Amino acid sequence: MFYSATLILVQSASSITCFLRLFTCTSLVSLGLNSHPPPPCLYPSPSLTRLSWSTLRTTMLHLTTGRVGCLLSKQAVVALTSSGARMSSHGHHEVSDSVDMSQPMYWDRLDTPLPDRPWKDVLDSTDKSLKQKEKGPWTALSKEEKIALYRLKFNHTYPEMKRPSHEWKTVIGGMFIFFGITGLVVFWQGHYVYPPQPHTFGEEWQAKQIQRMLDMRINPIEGFSAQWDYKNKQWK
Amino acid sequence: MHCGKYIKSQTVKLCIVVLHIDGIRSPLASRCYSHAKVETDEEFDARWVTYFSKPDIDAWELKKGMNTLIGYDLVPEAKILDSALRACRRLNDLASAIRILEAVKDKSGPHKDIYPYLIQELQPTLIELGISTPEDLGMDKL
Repeated sequence: MFYSATLILVQSASSITCFLRLFTCTSLVSLGLNSHPPPPCLYPSPSLTRLSWSTLRTTMLHLTTGRVGCLLSKQAVVALTSSGARMSSHGHHEVSDSVDMSQPMYWDRLDTPLPDRPWKDVLDSTDKSLKQKEKGPWTALSKEEKIALYRLKFNHTYPEMKRPSHEWKTVIGGMFIFFGITGLVVFWQGHYVYPPQPHTFGEEWQAKQIQRMLDMRINPIEGFSAQWDYKNKQWK
Repeated sequence: MHCGKYIKSQTVKLCIVVLHIDGIRSPLASRCYSHAKVETDEEFDARWVTYFSKPDIDAWELKKGMNTLIGYDLVPEAKILDSALRACRRLNDLASAIRILEAVKDKSGPHKDIYPYLIQELQPTLIELGISTPEDLGMDKL
């Protein structure tokens, strides 16, 4: 019984943790927060990782829309249409969430300090005038202007890229919740599903069984009967 | 293995091969290391300084250079970074200059004393070009 319980727990935990990660990411998307992209690999293929991440988010969103109620999906749709970090910087009007992979892309990666294109492509007049000022001596720029120039070109600073997320708490918490649910399921199972125990498990039968094993001298040297003190009729 | 003098070229090649086989039978063990010349640190530095010192360097070359350099398992020397920062100046790109400093700090990893040392070495350049460090701009905090 313990074996089956552990098996069910492990199986459910692993499959459910995977689902929970999807669910967490989706819920984070729906709350308008940007989850972390996958960690950078040694030989980066940034466009591919970006593609897989955005497709994953889209598919996760579809999962959410299907499975969770209207409220969450509405939030998700709103978040996606308004949060368009890509959208705000692109000049053209994109209705869909797909990224044009044939254009140079922007990405925040620790191992790629200078991405293919700047963060903000479309500059308004203040930005343009700042860019003009950048052509002159940089000593003439104020701190705010320098920060503004950085923010035009880049989205996150390195500390912002490296900020810790609180995702692990959701994952662990969700894991324990599912352990609990599984525990309830297992308990219910034990009560309602399992057939009655075989009669050989009863106290009386077990006692008789042990006596018979001792009479037969089962494993008399190192094992079972070796533990029994035949003279004093008790366990050693 | 004896090879006669007046043998055609193809046969001579065969002889050479056979002679080589004879050579392996010698008792000395020979390792199969590459015979390529290993670039010294100074040569590496010089190569990168030259790369960034190109007067008409374009934005793509700067990006490519920096991304490649950061991809290496090392923290670039101050002179390479100096060259890169000057390239940023030629391209009128202050943001990239600050980004390079951030990247170098990240590259040092757990060795917290590398970045202050580099900033100290680059101080004249930073003052001359008017580049503020991320710390000056308060961008090293979240």
